[in-house]
Amino acid sequence: MMNETEKTQKPQWAMAIDLDRCTGCEACVVACRIENNIAVVGPEESARDRSMNWIRIERYMEGEFPDVRVRFRPVLCQHCQEAPCEPVCPVYATYHTEEGLNAQVYNRCVGTRYCANNCPYSVRFFNFFDPQWPAPLEKSLNPEVSIRTRGVMEKCTFCIQRIRKGEEKARDEDRAVRDGDVIPACVGSCPTKAMYFGNIADSNSEVARLARSNRAERLMEDLGTEPRVIYLRKRDQA
Amino acid sequence: MDRARDEQINRDLLRSVRETGWGWRIVVAISGMGLMAGVAAFAYQWQEGIGVWGLNRPVMWAFDITNFVFWIGISHAGTLISAILRVTGAGWRRPVTRCAEAITVFALMIGALFPIIHLGRPWVFYWLVPYPNERGLWPNFRSPLIWDFFAINAYLMGSLIYLYLPLIPDLALLRDTSRGLRKRIYSVLSAGWRGTALQWDRLEKAVRVMAVIIIPVAVSVHTIVSWDFAMAIQPMWHSTIFGPYFVAGAIFSGIAALIIAMAALRRVFHLENYLKPVHFNNLGLLLLTMSLIWFYFTFSEYLTTWYGNEPMEKAVFQSKISGPYSPLFFAMVACCFLIPAPMLAIKKLRTITGTVIASACVVVGMWIERFLIIVPTLSHPRLTFNWGSYKPTWVEIAIMTGSFSYFVLLYAVFVKMFPIVSVWEFKEGLASQTQPGPATDKKVFRAASGD
Repeated sequence: MMNETEKTQKPQWAMAIDLDRCTGCEACVVACRIENNIAVVGPEESARDRSMNWIRIERYMEGEFPDVRVRFRPVLCQHCQEAPCEPVCPVYATYHTEEGLNAQVYNRCVGTRYCANNCPYSVRFFNFFDPQWPAPLEKSLNPEVSIRTRGVMEKCTFCIQRIRKGEEKARDEDRAVRDGDVIPACVGSCPTKAMYFGNIADSNSEVARLARSNRAERLMEDLGTEPRVIYLRKRDQA
Repeated sequence: MDRARDEQINRDLLRSVRETGWGWRIVVAISGMGLMAGVAAFAYQWQEGIGVWGLNRPVMWAFDITNFVFWIGISHAGTLISAILRVTGAGWRRPVTRCAEAITVFALMIGALFPIIHLGRPWVFYWLVPYPNERGLWPNFRSPLIWDFFAINAYLMGSLIYLYLPLIPDLALLRDTSRGLRKRIYSVLSAGWRGTALQWDRLEKAVRVMAVIIIPVAVSVHTIVSWDFAMAIQPMWHSTIFGPYFVAGAIFSGIAALIIAMAALRRVFHLENYLKPVHFNNLGLLLLTMSLIWFYFTFSEYLTTWYGNEPMEKAVFQSKISGPYSPLFFAMVACCFLIPAPMLAIKKLRTITGTVIASACVVVGMWIERFLIIVPTLSHPRLTFNWGSYKPTWVEIAIMTGSFSYFVLLYAVFVKMFPIVSVWEFKEGLASQTQPGPATDKKVFRAASGD
């Protein structure tokens, strides 16, 4: 496991999401789709529960009509430090990087789907068919992200292409990475600034500060998965 | 044993090899077509992608893995049962063992196909094999799927040896009584068997050793298959009882498959004098025992889940007991326990027809059991926003039909090439009846076979 407080050579990437600020607008979902070349499966396949959204807004209703409240929770790959998906892959297609990321090697994946079955967060997406982008969506394909073929698993990468860019910029300027170097598509698109991204091993970073908040919690912490996504509870629940 | 009786036995037991009837041709034609349908469906899936199945997120396994577990379960018919009967020296086993061992080999071959069929990219299945390669990549030995690979291969090799060894004297008999190409094939297969005292001694030792070795291997195989689920942290999968529960269920469905196969063989090849009501009675009693054990395991599994009342486990539990899967759940309980247990317990009903009906119920029930272990858990993940459901498509049904057809076809071809009742073991049994006692057993038999 990658220690979050220990001084390591490599940054330890983490995300914080303030549920008090999330309005459930789904701008992050759209931004992620465009940034990461996520296939468009169409309405029929979507109705068969095969849509792909590396990040989704989960909606939970509370109370009885007319006193109904809707709770939103953006859910993406939690980049667990003890990820249940990793040991079950027979070919090491999913593994852990030194930066605490849960990585997926598309070219190595044979498609047993065991990782998705063992993911408590249901954030792994399978390419049931070859990917398609109905016109004119193919014009929006991002040249920095590889597309995935049918038969392989995919999921949120914390925008690894942006992480690499940010790290290179910091190296060129001969300094450590700092807040603002890496902004994943979802974080950058959030109109209410509910999402934060940074190096949690740097105790001065915004995510490290938010992780210490008394509103901070991680999803299903009791499973021992040690997620790298920190949720800040709504204040009425804190 | 007099010469006339000896020749009568040879004639009866080699009839399936020597004569080809219409019944056999029809069975081969139908099962061949079924297999073609399955192959065509698989080709379509290969071409289009696994999306032609009914899978979705969150239900990423369904018919594929159900059939995998089902066939690996059926494979426990054979070797394990025949090994236990051999080790415990049950005399009535003699006409039954080969029939059971052949089921094991073919069910395993088919079961082992499903992990390949179910891959998103089946053409790279060999990446699961630990072979030296230019990329220096090894499979992940922490993954239960890799354990499966080793366990199933070990069991398949062991079962093949265990099927082959007791076949050698019969292959020699076939060699000595056939001509032309057949004679040449059987000559090679019988590995120079002449029936000398030394050869008998070595054969018996080898069979005894294999019988003892194959039992722990068989137990390990279905335990490891159960760990595909038990090692995962999903509700109602992560259960310590799964190892023994799966092994018991496998033996249960295996005996049922054996009874059905025996009844079919008896009918088609007129083996009434060899596969007698006593065999169905004894196997029926074994099936009854396994039915009770299965019920005990199922009851403990569901009772503890219900009493524990953990919300995520409870959601899966409810979907089986009173939710969308409840018709299947009660069908399973009826097929695995409520129908077969009383039928097999009442002596009057423990006839050949009775045990076959009970076995058919058990085979269906155990298929449903595997489906109910896999799908309700996957369709109720922890984040309730993602709950889903599953419906198979024709492609999955065709592949499943293909697997059953393939089994029948392999069995029919096997019966055409080898005697399905062990000739020498049957004669050995007759000899030991006239002069009982293990010491005289061999002597009498050898004298009888002119050794």
